[in-house]
Formats: sequence, structure tokens, C-alpha cells
Amino acid sequence: MDSSLTSLYAKRRRRNMFTMALAYGATGFGLTWLVIILAVLLWEGFSGLSLSVFTEMTPPPGSAGGLLNPIVGSLVMTVIAVLIGTPLGMLAGTYMAEYGRYDKLTTVVRFINDILLSAPSIVVGLFIYEVMVAQMGHFSGWAGAVSLAVIVVPVVVRTTEDMLTLVPDTLREAAASIGLPRSLMIQKVAYRAARAGLVTGVLLAVARISGETAPLLFTALNNQFWSTNLNAPVASLPVVIFQFALSPYQDWQKLAWTGALIITMAVLALSIIARILAAQRKSS
Amino acid sequence: MSVATITVPTVTHTPGQSQDLVEKISVRDLNFFYGDHRALKNISVSLYQGKVTAFIGPSGCGKSTLLRILNRMYDLYPNQRATGQVRLDNDDILSPSQDLNLLRAKVGMVFQKPTPFPMTIFENIAFGIRLYERLSKAELEDRVKHALERAALWEEVKDKLGANGLSLSGGQQQRLCIARTVAVRPEVILFDEPCSALDPISTAKIEELIDELKDDYTIAIVTHNMQQAARVSDFTAFMYLGDLVEFGETTRIFTTPNDRRTQDYITGRFG
Repeated sequence: MDSSLTSLYAKRRRRNMFTMALAYGATGFGLTWLVIILAVLLWEGFSGLSLSVFTEMTPPPGSAGGLLNPIVGSLVMTVIAVLIGTPLGMLAGTYMAEYGRYDKLTTVVRFINDILLSAPSIVVGLFIYEVMVAQMGHFSGWAGAVSLAVIVVPVVVRTTEDMLTLVPDTLREAAASIGLPRSLMIQKVAYRAARAGLVTGVLLAVARISGETAPLLFTALNNQFWSTNLNAPVASLPVVIFQFALSPYQDWQKLAWTGALIITMAVLALSIIARILAAQRKSS
Repeated sequence: MSVATITVPTVTHTPGQSQDLVEKISVRDLNFFYGDHRALKNISVSLYQGKVTAFIGPSGCGKSTLLRILNRMYDLYPNQRATGQVRLDNDDILSPSQDLNLLRAKVGMVFQKPTPFPMTIFENIAFGIRLYERLSKAELEDRVKHALERAALWEEVKDKLGANGLSLSGGQQQRLCIARTVAVRPEVILFDEPCSALDPISTAKIEELIDELKDDYTIAIVTHNMQQAARVSDFTAFMYLGDLVEFGETTRIFTTPNDRRTQDYITGRFG
């Protein structure tokens, strides 16, 4: 080989090694923090994990207790938020991907949706505070669920549109070619082809809202006691963590760590399920 | 453009064969536009009942476009429009009041890439039947079996009707799609390059199938493969740059084409 060629090649190799080193370094840097956060969380949270966490109410400072009321509160509000947000998001996403794919309206909706998607959640909380809490005159579980739903909607709209857009047009044409009306094509063919992706979108939305604190502070507030009345303030894990972690009491801080661990594990489990579903979509 | 290229091509029949041709689909002065681009120019052509008509020509000549007008498939997309007259028997296909779902049930289509629905083999077929008919379970199973037999797929799948349609091989998937189309009992079947994604053995099977199907259906096939056109079709239309250059019986087109461009194309001088 010509010597100038080899020197060119050697130079490229050096540049390649340098860039690779930077890439590995950046990855390592990011992963390090993640590992440290998880390690501290496990260390601090695991020691406080016991059956009483899941069976007892939040305690006053200085006495023993658990996280039952915030766990249930979070579950209930999350489920309601998903029940409200998913149909809205799916319908909007379906309109954008199927009926209005070539419409100007879709472009506008997509733009607004993207803004909503990245809106700070505290803004959502303030908005629902004005619209619901101020009107009703008191904090409530409903207001908390609705504020979470407002966060669910744009996530589901986005994933629904994306997943339906991935369904090949040839499949739509095939459905049309046997005389299938569009509404049935969407229900029976497009949704089915995109099913795993659509479920993944909802799971990601759940993961997103399960750690939200700001919107709940302004809406559901908190409740020291057992309450399933959604017209009254309801406890939730993120808000309890916020309150307990800032408190000077050691047993409250301990419970905050445990709550954080529970949320993290729940979100981790959801992400893993979402990944498995996504992988199934690819292989089928 | 010379005047000659836009005159209506006439079918020249060999003596003794022309007597009982029934025109199933008639296309007259058809123009088609993608936005401002005119993709078809004054096309006039006929599909005869019980015959196979092949559309050949180089890429971009408009043959697939023409096929997709016959079942109004282009309606799924914006900024596409057709002018002229296209009739199925006496029904105006291009009429704005045309019921597209009923039209497509009558004019079925098989695509270039196999497109099974994401459901079981049985459901792939039964799905289309249920759209228009209310059948008992036994009748439905009978119809599914019959459709799969028509598509020469029954023997290969009869023990796994519950398997996903996507688990079949490419050639089997394409025959599943043919079965799906046949099951709806259309009058016309459009094949849009049905073998271009298949291996030679699968291709041979599909060609055999087309030959059998033509007894009951009127068939149009778009193909890049001239040997295929010669093998399966009774009539051939040669298209070039949006014009229908020549239309006639396949044997004549392939032996004594009238137009120089047809001759150049079938002898492989361009395209």
C-alpha cells in the first residue's frame, strides 16, 4: 500500500479511537450517576422495607407506621388518570394518524400536543388548581386524578399517532381492497398491528405520572389518614416523600426513602414490561 | 406528441376467437393526476369477462396507477384524481356517489408484497366474508376451506388454521392473500405485480392459480416480467410514459406488435 494512504488510514484510526474513547467515557459518566442513585436508594430504602409499610397508615412523627394510604391514593389516582387520559389520547392519536393524516388540523394539534408534552407539570397543577380546586373550594382526589390525566393525554396522543403511522399503508390498502370500511380497518387491523406499541405508550404514561409531585401538591394535597373519598384531599407517594424527606424527623425520612424505592421499582417493572411488549411487536 | 399515440387502440382479433368477448370493465379517455402531474393520458382499454389482461411497461409508465383506479384505491390519498369514464358492467366506477366498499368487494386486489392481516390464518379469510354475509359456523368454515382450496393453500395450512398468518412463508402469505380476496366473491381480481417478491417456485404456483381463477373471474395483472405476461394473459396492454401504446391479444402483441416501442420493449431493447 502507498505510504500516504497508510498514514491517512492510521490518522483515521487514531481519530476513531479518540472518538470511541469519548463515547465510552460519556456513557460511563452517565451510568455512574445512575448506579450511585440506585445504590443509595436501595441502601436507604431497603432497610426500611417491611410488611408494615404496606399495611399501616402514615404515622405522626416519633411513632411507627407505614405508607398504605399514599400507596392506595397513588394507585387510585393513577388508575383514574389513565382511564380518563387513555381514551382521549387514543382517539386524538387515531384521528391524527388515520382520518386527518393529511389535514392542516393534524399539524396544529401535533404542535400543541408537543408543547403540552413538554409543559412543566407544575403548570398543569396550577391550571387544575384554578379550574377545579378553586371552584370546588377544597383540594380533592378528583382534581389530582384530572391533573395527572392532563399529563397522560399528550403522551398517549404521541405514541398512538407514532405507532399507527408505523403500520404500513400496504396493510391499509389490503384492508380496503376487501371492502373494509375505514372504521373497521382501524379497529380490526391497524389497532391490532400496533397493539404492543399502543400498550407500551400507556405504560410509559403511567411511568411518567407515577413520580409526578408538583401537580398533586396543588390538587390532591395530602392526607395523613386513611381516606378513599375522592372529594377530599388524598395522600400520594410523591407528595408524602416530598413532605417526609423535608421533615427533621428521622423515621419520616426513612419512610420517604422506602416510598422512593417503591415508586422506582414500580416504574422499573413497568418499563421492563413495556420493553418486552415492544420486543414482541418486532418479532411478530 | 404525435396524434397516433393518443388514438384509441383497437383490438385486432384473430379470426374465430372474437365472437363471445364480453366487456367487464371499460376504460375510456381516462386521465389521472398526482397533484399537477398527469400520470395517465387518455387511456382507453377493456377488460373482458373471464380473460386475463396483462399490463406491461417500464417502471413509471402508469400501469399500477391504472390498476389502482379500477377499485378507486387512489381515494385513500389526497391530491389524486381521475377524469374520464371507467365502467364496471354498467356501473360508473368514477362516480362520486360510488360506494367504495361495495366496489372493492366486487373488484378485489392482490398486492406486490404479501399483506396478511395480523390475525390467524382462519380469521384472515373469515374476516372479509363476515363483512357482507351472516353465516353459520359450519358454512363459514366451509367457505374458508373453499377459498383456501381455490388458492392452492388448503393442504399446507389445514392443520394450523389457528396459526398467525404472518408465520407463513412469503409464497404462502401471497396465496393466503389471494384466498382472502377470493373469499369475498369478487367479480374482478386485480393483481399488482403479485410475484415480484416471490421465488420461482412460488411464482409458478401463483401463475397456475391465475390460470385456474380466470374461469370464474375477470383478471388484470400488472407485471414487470414479460415472460409472465406471455404465459398467463389472454390480452396484453403495453404502456409507456402514461400512454397506452398498444392493446391486443397477447399472442399478437408478442409476435407481431404494431408499434415500434412495443417491439423494442418486448425484445428487451429498453425498459
